[in-house]
Amino acid sequence: MNEIIHLSATELAAKLRAGEITSVAAVQAHLDRIAEVDGGERGVNAFLHVNTEEALAVAAEVDAIRAAGGADAQALHPFAGVPIAIKDLIVTKGQPTTAASKMLEGWMSPYDATVIEKIRAAKLPMLGKTNLDEFAMGSSTEHSAYGPTRNPWDLDRIPGGSGGGSAAAVAAFEAPLALGTDTGGSIRQPGAVTGTVGVKPTYGGVSRYGAIAMASSLDQIGPVTRTVLDSAYLHELIGGHDAADSTSLNEPVPALIAAAEQGASGDMTGVRVGVIKELQGEGYEAGVQARFDESLEALRAAGAEIVEVSCPNFKYALGAYYLIMPSEVSSNLAKFDGVRFGTRVLPAEGPLTIERVMGATRAAGFGDEVKRRIILGTYALSAGYYDAYYGSAQKVRTLIQRDFDAAFAQADVLISPTSPTVAFELGSKTDDPLAMYLNDVATIPANMAGIPGITVPGGLSEGLPVGIQFLAPAREDARLYRAGAALEKLLEDKWGGRLIDQAPELSAATTGGVS
Amino acid sequence: MASYTDELVDFDVALEKYDPVLGFEVHVELNTKTKMFSSAPNVFGDVPNTNVTPVCLGLPGVLPVVNKTAVEYAIMIGLALNCKIAERCGFARKNYFYPDTPKNFQTSQYDDPIAYDGWLDIELSDGEVFRVEIERAHMEEDAGKLTHMGGATGRIQGADYSLVDYNRSGVPLVEIVTKTIEGAGKRAPELAKAYVAAIREIVKALDVSDAKMERGNVRCDANVSLMLKGAEKFGTRTETKNVNSLRAVEHAVRFEIERHAAVLNSGAAIVQETRHWHEDTRTTTSGRPKSDADDYRYFPEPDLVPVVTTPEWIEELRARLPEPPAERRKRLQADWGYSDAEFRDVVNAGVTEAIEETIAAGTTAAVARKWWMGEIARLAKNADKDVTDMGVEPATIVELNSLIEGKKINDKIARQVLEFVVAGEGTPSQIVEKRSLAVVNDDSALGAAIDAAMEAMPDVVAKVKGGKLQAIGALMGPVMKATRGQADAGRVRELVLEKLGIEG
Repeated sequence: MNEIIHLSATELAAKLRAGEITSVAAVQAHLDRIAEVDGGERGVNAFLHVNTEEALAVAAEVDAIRAAGGADAQALHPFAGVPIAIKDLIVTKGQPTTAASKMLEGWMSPYDATVIEKIRAAKLPMLGKTNLDEFAMGSSTEHSAYGPTRNPWDLDRIPGGSGGGSAAAVAAFEAPLALGTDTGGSIRQPGAVTGTVGVKPTYGGVSRYGAIAMASSLDQIGPVTRTVLDSAYLHELIGGHDAADSTSLNEPVPALIAAAEQGASGDMTGVRVGVIKELQGEGYEAGVQARFDESLEALRAAGAEIVEVSCPNFKYALGAYYLIMPSEVSSNLAKFDGVRFGTRVLPAEGPLTIERVMGATRAAGFGDEVKRRIILGTYALSAGYYDAYYGSAQKVRTLIQRDFDAAFAQADVLISPTSPTVAFELGSKTDDPLAMYLNDVATIPANMAGIPGITVPGGLSEGLPVGIQFLAPAREDARLYRAGAALEKLLEDKWGGRLIDQAPELSAATTGGVS
Repeated sequence: MASYTDELVDFDVALEKYDPVLGFEVHVELNTKTKMFSSAPNVFGDVPNTNVTPVCLGLPGVLPVVNKTAVEYAIMIGLALNCKIAERCGFARKNYFYPDTPKNFQTSQYDDPIAYDGWLDIELSDGEVFRVEIERAHMEEDAGKLTHMGGATGRIQGADYSLVDYNRSGVPLVEIVTKTIEGAGKRAPELAKAYVAAIREIVKALDVSDAKMERGNVRCDANVSLMLKGAEKFGTRTETKNVNSLRAVEHAVRFEIERHAAVLNSGAAIVQETRHWHEDTRTTTSGRPKSDADDYRYFPEPDLVPVVTTPEWIEELRARLPEPPAERRKRLQADWGYSDAEFRDVVNAGVTEAIEETIAAGTTAAVARKWWMGEIARLAKNADKDVTDMGVEPATIVELNSLIEGKKINDKIARQVLEFVVAGEGTPSQIVEKRSLAVVNDDSALGAAIDAAMEAMPDVVAKVKGGKLQAIGALMGPVMKATRGQADAGRVRELVLEKLGIEG
């Protein structure tokens, strides 16, 4: 395997700055890897669009600035020239944005998301757009209109969702960095099942402007990487106040890189880690529970104070989430009607009234899972049902926030398995939406409360990755990086290297792609 | 049960039996520089779909940001309507599919309006004051403008296709909703007109809206129901939408009262529905049924944080309010030296601002009143339009007046010029030039015409010489004829007297 693609983003950035390799070479190495393992019959299918020309052009520009030296080179962002993949829910000029839906097939955004403006300003070459469950609705990336993404650890298994494309791209060494979005776990659960790192920032920590809204009060953009430190760099780059997002926090980004560097010592002395009683045990696979218990032991040995906390209202979280999220979905997705942009489908017969064209467009343009949630949400908001459904769900949200407040009075960070199971087989839950929804039981409470969460690799169960989740109070994202980097260091010392390096070797031969 | 009837009951007869109950929803478009939730310019009349951003087009991924100036304008309207201002209020989504609404929901306010519980005193034509209670004034965004092509009615049903202009999409609106208004009796149509005129006067005085009804800056939905005199329960109401002139508001309320009475007298029931107003026939027709089945699935707008007002901010805005209209009227009447009757006529005609602006532009109060209450009012009546919708600007009057004072034209020609201005032919000077209307005050040309007339009418000349100066009038006809009406009457008189050696 090519040495370059194996580097963490931080390592690659250091080599670029030192002039040991060029950004063009780095981008080309990743493009070659994408060409090798992403297509083909059993390819990873992490990418919906590969942005070859622009990525190489940006890389060449960075190389030229570095070669010229002087103030311009000094002013470059530390990660300038390090390539990145973008979840295809985030709008980009010059590349199609589909949300993995037929509804937006071929649509080109006339504007860039705020996070994309920041990535352009920092001159990170964009490798392309990654696959997801349609409009980010799903936990397996099987609900993409453009075919499922495969888990690089086992090509017959799901890479999690909705951000399976970004997680798989990073896990398969197709990109060192990616952006995801997390509404109920769409960054963290794919991170867990692909053995990578993913962070959902505090709600408002990263601008949502340009992320196609699924559920506005829950969505957050965040980093997807192979190391905690890489996430810290990317998070600091994309974070911060944005006047275009009214829900964006008006305060500086916390010192996340410093926190990750502090955590990398592995010392957890004096840190109180709260184990959430309700997020373990029944429903969690034995292998997942075993890796979780080992992580606790490692933290305890490193000086952490392990305490048990109880969040009794978490049992209502999944139910409340499946009322609030679809309600917002039903309204956010109303704009996809074929009138102004995207796909327009005319009814096969009968008169061409506006209602019928809108109806035919939405019937043909949306997949079943999207329709299911629109219908659920429309019902939940209906007159006579609003109080019982949306109103009650909002009350549950308050109760969950209170549970977290009480828990954080006892602990600095909370810990749980990220997902109750390892990656399941493709197709095994597509007929049972409720079983799929249960995958997000541990990640949803953070979205409901607006607090940040991270997943770090916790080892393997039957050869498949298990993720460990840390949660912190709102605006205390730095605590996640401290604890996450510490656990990463402690476990890597135990394993003798990174978990991702234990992943099976992918090649054109295994994926049926070009060689 | 059918409620359709062509019959109307005479207004006075209807009100012997029924009491009308009114309610108004007035939409005021704010004149902020940018739109309610986006940085797109808020400008009327530009090329369609040019004043747009991804936000007001509702493209995927966009988010709204509240326009602070629009919030301030809404608070100022609330204060001027004697409302309470919410300490904290939010936006909500009103969900419905329609192609003029790019997100397929309108961002509005639902159960927590920025201003609520106010009142407005309306002065009727005889000086009686009627208090209208204000339920709420809330902020929202306007929809785009649809133009339906083909089809007979100009409505979406039956159209071949429709054009949509999103320049108006997202323009800030304040919707002012009254409580139910009882007790207006026969004065209901007059009150309706006076109420909308008062709202227009206020938002114009606040300078928060251009307040041009013909452009839809101020739009009124008028709710009317009738109840039998002495009854306790309100009748079923209808809502006549988008009544966009003061006269139309008056006529629509009158028409609906006459129509309701006819339906009720026939034993049928009023259908709760929206009605369309037709200016040409001065009638309403059935729109769509409006019932409690309309379900907009309101829920709090998750993309916006609540608006929080502080007492300091509110007081700062209160300090910016202009003087209250009643006090202002007292001051204007004193300044202008109009009698009570003259001033009341001016107010009722809705030309207070027009006169004020005309005076500010450089005429006397008497001249301004002469034109706005005279010729412009006459032309408006003939055209069946509001006086202020005739396209006559204060500058037009100033220009006409200076043409008269400079003896370029006389009063009679000035009235003709005004008609040409209304017809859109240009400014008064341009029209005088183009149509060669300048008064003939070239004394040699005039002198020749006078000589000819005197020669033809020696008996008249004799009378004048004999001291009957008013006989000069008989010479005017032939002189005017000879000069095609462009002679200045005063100058003709002077010249005749001069020629006869009489001291004028």
